[in-house]
Amino acid sequence: MKSIEDWDWAPGKKIVADMNQWQSDYEAAEEPYVSPDGERIAAIVKIEEETYTVCVNGTPWERTFDKVWSLRFSPDNRAVALVSDTAEWSVAVDGATWENWFEFVWNMQFSRENGSIAVAAQNARSYFAVLDDAPWESGFPSMNNLTVSKSGKTSAAAIQTIPLKEGDIFEFQKGCFSVAVNGVAWKNTFINAWEIDINPEDRLVAAEVRHTLYDYTIAINDEVWPTSFSAVWRPRFNPVDNSVTAPVKVAGGWSLAKDGELFWNGRYSQLWHHFYSSDGKKIAAIVAPQFGKWTVAENDKAWDLRFNEVVMDPVYSPDNRHIACTGKADGKWYVALDGKAWPTPYDRVWAPVFSPGGDLVATKVEIGGKYAIAVNDKLIDIPFANAWDPVFSPDGSKLLVKGIGTGEDEGKYCRHILKTDTLPRR
Amino acid sequence: MAIAEPKSNDKPIVLDDAIIEGAEKLSEEDIARVINDMIKTEGGARFKAYLNTCMSCGYCSEACHFYLSNDKEPRFAPAAKVKQTLGEFTKKKGRVSRETLMQACEIAFTECNLCRRCMMYCPFGIDIAFLMLFVRRVCHKLGVVPRYIQDTAHSHSATMNQMWVQEDEWIDTLQWQEDEAKDEFPDLRIPIEKEGADVYYSVIGPEPKFRAQLIYQAAVLMHVAKIDWTMTSSPGWDNSDMCMYTGDLEMTARLKKVHFESALRLRNKRIVMGECGHAFRSVYDVGNRFLGWKMPPIEVVHAVAFYDELLRENRIKIAQKFDRPVTFHDPCNIVRGQGLHEKARNVIRQTCETFIEMEPNREHNFCCSAGGGVINCGPPYKNKRVESNRVKADQLIAAREKGAEILIAPCHNCHGGLEDIIHHYKIDIEIKFLIDILFDCMEK
Repeated sequence: MKSIEDWDWAPGKKIVADMNQWQSDYEAAEEPYVSPDGERIAAIVKIEEETYTVCVNGTPWERTFDKVWSLRFSPDNRAVALVSDTAEWSVAVDGATWENWFEFVWNMQFSRENGSIAVAAQNARSYFAVLDDAPWESGFPSMNNLTVSKSGKTSAAAIQTIPLKEGDIFEFQKGCFSVAVNGVAWKNTFINAWEIDINPEDRLVAAEVRHTLYDYTIAINDEVWPTSFSAVWRPRFNPVDNSVTAPVKVAGGWSLAKDGELFWNGRYSQLWHHFYSSDGKKIAAIVAPQFGKWTVAENDKAWDLRFNEVVMDPVYSPDNRHIACTGKADGKWYVALDGKAWPTPYDRVWAPVFSPGGDLVATKVEIGGKYAIAVNDKLIDIPFANAWDPVFSPDGSKLLVKGIGTGEDEGKYCRHILKTDTLPRR
Repeated sequence: MAIAEPKSNDKPIVLDDAIIEGAEKLSEEDIARVINDMIKTEGGARFKAYLNTCMSCGYCSEACHFYLSNDKEPRFAPAAKVKQTLGEFTKKKGRVSRETLMQACEIAFTECNLCRRCMMYCPFGIDIAFLMLFVRRVCHKLGVVPRYIQDTAHSHSATMNQMWVQEDEWIDTLQWQEDEAKDEFPDLRIPIEKEGADVYYSVIGPEPKFRAQLIYQAAVLMHVAKIDWTMTSSPGWDNSDMCMYTGDLEMTARLKKVHFESALRLRNKRIVMGECGHAFRSVYDVGNRFLGWKMPPIEVVHAVAFYDELLRENRIKIAQKFDRPVTFHDPCNIVRGQGLHEKARNVIRQTCETFIEMEPNREHNFCCSAGGGVINCGPPYKNKRVESNRVKADQLIAAREKGAEILIAPCHNCHGGLEDIIHHYKIDIEIKFLIDILFDCMEK
């Protein structure tokens, strides 16, 4: 896997592909996707009737398929898609398919560290996961919430362990669902199991479960917390000490619980998508301190800032000193940093990206029907017909900007490396 | 064709074995504990104001299709339904018998469609549907819920859709419908998981299960109108919500979170929903608010409003108007719920040669008697549901006698309920979705 340091960070603009040509070269070309390093752009293309493949930088894969969908780039810049040939499905990576074929595959996921590829698969109505072409040894009557660990070594999912007859509500209420880790089901069954987290060392798996119609809690490696709540959301492992926290609903509202005990004192109208600083010392979450008023809380202290529609994408800076997020108020989107919204309203805004030093925040934005990259709320003067998330170089001195141009670059996918000290600043 | 005959009714008889089985597990102490806890924790100012304000004036009675269709049997009056349920709960401080609880369950789940017509006629605007939902939530907490709708709630919890549709089955349906449509429109796509698309299109569980042609028609509409759209392959695709009607609001919250977050994840600008009424209520009113959103976090547009917009903006053109006379059933949740009745009529007038109004109409229209989860309580209640909506049959018969041959109803549950009424009362009228008409008439 080529590390980010080894990407081409030489300042300048490179035209990678002329997308106009693709429209004439093929019967049809679908929406394109761009690799993290910006060096490759790919789209599903139609060669002829019921014959599809993937075109990367203008060159089609040699092999064609009956169907292709879910094209994405892995973190290590490989083009990956789900492909079908004579009614069987597999995964194609840079044009080469896995050895295994299935009745169906879907829900493709990548591990963050090494780009392992996981998919959900089905054969003969049996459901299982496949990790890097290795299927689970056991299948189940149903499977949801497939999750792959950061390392790519572990896959887990909520699974059904006991088949149900139609309308058999009391059998359902005995508990017919559980969690499977690398294909091995936990012994306990629950009424439901939902979202999952896997700890950084791949030793522990936590899941939201409901063990009566009214009692929700968290199960870790098949052991449930001794306390139940009227609702919970996805648990998270502390990246350092492996304690588990989860949003829980108690009398008075939502709060955060740790290892089964209430951890935060605050009661919120809503609390979800909590996340840790990389040193595990701080926890932040999206919260609604009052009904319909949204913000971020860090260590149980909510920002004064409020958005009246939604808050998304909260993220810590690499040095853990800052939090950025996006928020929507009165129909417009904003970027917020450390409790203050930047003033420019956008039609749409994508997840903020911190520079390594935490002093810059770059975001893809839509404004007036065009796309651009904003850095600290100032637009870089390169308008795009479409753009992808920007990436800072590891030393923070460069910014990679990726987009399909306008004007003389109309239809051309370009990769720009900009020096960050030349960017407009607020 | 005959005018429907009146049908007398007995006292509520418990017809569902799951209600009986659920109640048999309970002691009176269990029942009292849950009722009193519910009143203490969730019986807030609105609950108390409604209960204390009702003067039993009876104005709500004439608004209720159950009351009117059952020869004005007093026990079917909306105020009487409250009296037989919450009235008993509060008068006896929760210490009601299992029989009373079961009858309350029958009333709340199968004798009230939560249609909110009575609220309009109440001098104080008392929302009887809110109170019946409170009864249903008590029943949920006690595990006394009709089998079929409880099974649907279980499906929601396990799969995030109401028909036990597996994730691969859903995606396969989309690809199948795309293949079918490509025979007619070679360039057509059903774009799956398209990030940044303007429109996120969502449907309800029965569409992939029983009515896949509606996905086909919607895809053609999007294609012809050149809409930048997508559908998700993730479990958020189903916008429906029977948990809202069983009283399992915690699960309603989970369903709506998954739905909204799948659209937010894809950065789509707005959600366009297919022709469903109750799903709209869940997405636009109940589920979003239970999660803490005052309004949906992303704009939600019902299919009726979307069609109206496409026609007004000339995104689609009508090649030839539908030539058979039509009438229109106003679904409660999008008309009393959001006032889409004039937009629906604009679509009809632009697409149909002859439009015959049903009487009464718009916000005064009678419910189909399927709504509020009543049809989802299944076969044990079909006869009661249909016989308790003779007034709907009378409406349809009157429209038919004026010449209407087609009944347009832009709601899935309305379709189910109206089909049963048409069949039971032998009314010679054919039912269609609004998109059936648009699909027939538009330039393609």
